[in-house]
Amino acid sequence: MSLVEIDNIHKRFGPVEVLKGVSLKVEKGEIVAVIGRSGSGKSTLLRCINGLERVQDGRIIVDGIEVTAPNADLNLLRQRAGMVFQSYNLFPHLTVERNVMLALKLVRKLESSDARRIAHEMVGKVGLAEKFLAYPDELSGGQQQRVAIARSLAMQPALMLFDEITSALDPELVGEVLRVLESVAREGMTMMLVTHEMNFAKNVAHRVIFMHEGRIHEDGPAREILAEPRTAELRSFLSAVLH
Amino acid sequence: MIRDFDSGDVVYLLLAARWTVALVVSATLCGGVLGFVVAIARVVPVAPVRWLAIGYINLIQGTPLLGQLFALFFALPLIGITVDAWSAALVCMSIYASAFLGEIWRSGLQSVHQRQWEAGASLGLTYRQQLGHVVIPQALRISVAPTVGFLVQLVKDTSLAALIGFVELTRASQIISSATFSPLTVYTTAAAIYFVICFSLSQLSQVLEGRLHVTR
Ligand SMILES: Nc1ncnc2c1ncn2[C@@H]1O[C@H](COP(=O)(O)OP(=O)(O)OP(=O)(O)O)[C@@H](O)[C@H]1O
Ligand SMILES: [Mg+2]
Repeated sequence: MSLVEIDNIHKRFGPVEVLKGVSLKVEKGEIVAVIGRSGSGKSTLLRCINGLERVQDGRIIVDGIEVTAPNADLNLLRQRAGMVFQSYNLFPHLTVERNVMLALKLVRKLESSDARRIAHEMVGKVGLAEKFLAYPDELSGGQQQRVAIARSLAMQPALMLFDEITSALDPELVGEVLRVLESVAREGMTMMLVTHEMNFAKNVAHRVIFMHEGRIHEDGPAREILAEPRTAELRSFLSAVLH
Repeated sequence: MIRDFDSGDVVYLLLAARWTVALVVSATLCGGVLGFVVAIARVVPVAPVRWLAIGYINLIQGTPLLGQLFALFFALPLIGITVDAWSAALVCMSIYASAFLGEIWRSGLQSVHQRQWEAGASLGLTYRQQLGHVVIPQALRISVAPTVGFLVQLVKDTSLAALIGFVELTRASQIISSATFSPLTVYTTAAAIYFVICFSLSQLSQVLEGRLHVTR
C-alpha cells in the first residue's frame, strides 16, 4: 500500500469545481513537486490531503488513515502529515522554543523536559540554535520558515506537505530555506511540495506533477517531465516561469 | 442645617468610592465571565449559537443602561420580585459589561489570522487546543487596550446607580453637597477620585501591554 492514495477526488467551493477527479499515489520516501498555474488547485490538493478541506467525492488514504471517512481522526492524521504554509506559520506570542514545544506537549503528551530536548535538537538541525529564545518577529522570514519546518518535523510525521513555502520570501532568503528542505529530503522524508522553484524541483524532487484546471495534466520523473514536456500546456507554463 | 465641607466629608466620599470600585470590580468579574461565553458563542461554527449571541448583544447594546437599571429596580417589584439597589446595579452592570466585553473579545478573536488556526490544526491540535493555546492568547493581547477603555467608561457609568439610591461616589456627593451646600468643592473632590481610579486603570493597561508583548 502506498503512503498516500488518492482516488478520483472532486472538490467544489460552491458551484466552482476546483479538483475535477484527481488520482495519485505517493510511495514512502518519494519527493513529489507539484507545479501549475495560479488557481489550478495545487494548494487545495494539499489541503485535502491533511483534511483542512473536505472533498465532495472520492477517497484519500494517508498512512492507513482514511481521510475522507466521515469519522476520520483528523488529529491523528495531522500528526502523520505535517504541513507548512507560505506565511503566518509560527505562533507570534510564543518563542521559537515554545512554538516547537507546544504540540509536543499537547499532542504527543511529552514532559516539558523531553519536549524541550527535542525542540533544541530540531531547531539546531535547521541551524537556528542561537534563536531558541527569540520571538518570531525577531526572525527574518527565512528563519521563520526554517523554524516552521523544524516544528513540523518534531512531530515525526510520515509525510510533509509544503505549500509554496518560499514564495513570500525576499529572493536572498529563498536559498537557506531550500537548503533545509534538501537536508530533509536527504533523510528520506516523504514530501509533497508546491513550488515555483523549477531548479529545486529538477534537482531534488523524484517526480513532478503538473496540475492544470483541477486535473493532473502530467505526471512523471522530474528531469524527464521538465526537460521534455509532453503537452502544450506544460510547455507554455514552463516557458512562462523560466523566463 | 448647613455645615462646612471638612476632612470628614472627604473620608466619607472615599468610603463611598469603595462601593464604586466594588461595583466595577464585581461587574467586571461577572460580566467578564459572561462576556467570555458571549465572545466564544459569536465565533463557534454553529449558526444558531451565533445568532443567539448576536441577538443578546444587540438587545443590551441597543438599550440605555439607565433603562435597564430602572427596569430591574422598579419594574420587577411590580411582578412581585424585589431587588435591593446593590443587586440591581450589579446584575445590570454585569449584563451590560458582558455585551460590550463580548464584542471586544470577539473582535480580538477574529483579528487573529485564520492561518493561525490552520497552523495549530496542522500540528494535530484539537479545536479547543487551537482556541486555548493559539487564538485566545493572541486575542487577549490585542484586546487589552479596548477592554481597559471600556472599563474606564464603566467606572463612570456606575454613577447611574445613584439614581436607584445606591450610595456610591456620586450618590454620596449628592448627599454631602446638600448638607454642606458647597457643590463645587464636593463635586470637584468626587471628580478627582474618579480620575484617580480611571487613571490607575489606564496605567495598568500600559503595564499589561508591555508584559504581554502586545506588539507581537
Ligand atoms: N476557500 C475557498 N473558497 C472558494 N474558492 C476557493 C477557496 N480556496 C480556493 N478557492 C478557489 O479554488 C481554485 C484553486 O485554488 P488553489 O488555492 O488550490 O490554487 P493554487 O493552484 O494553489 O494557486 P496559487 O498558485 O495561486 O496558490 C481557485 O480558483 C480559488 O479561487
Ligand atoms: Mg496555492
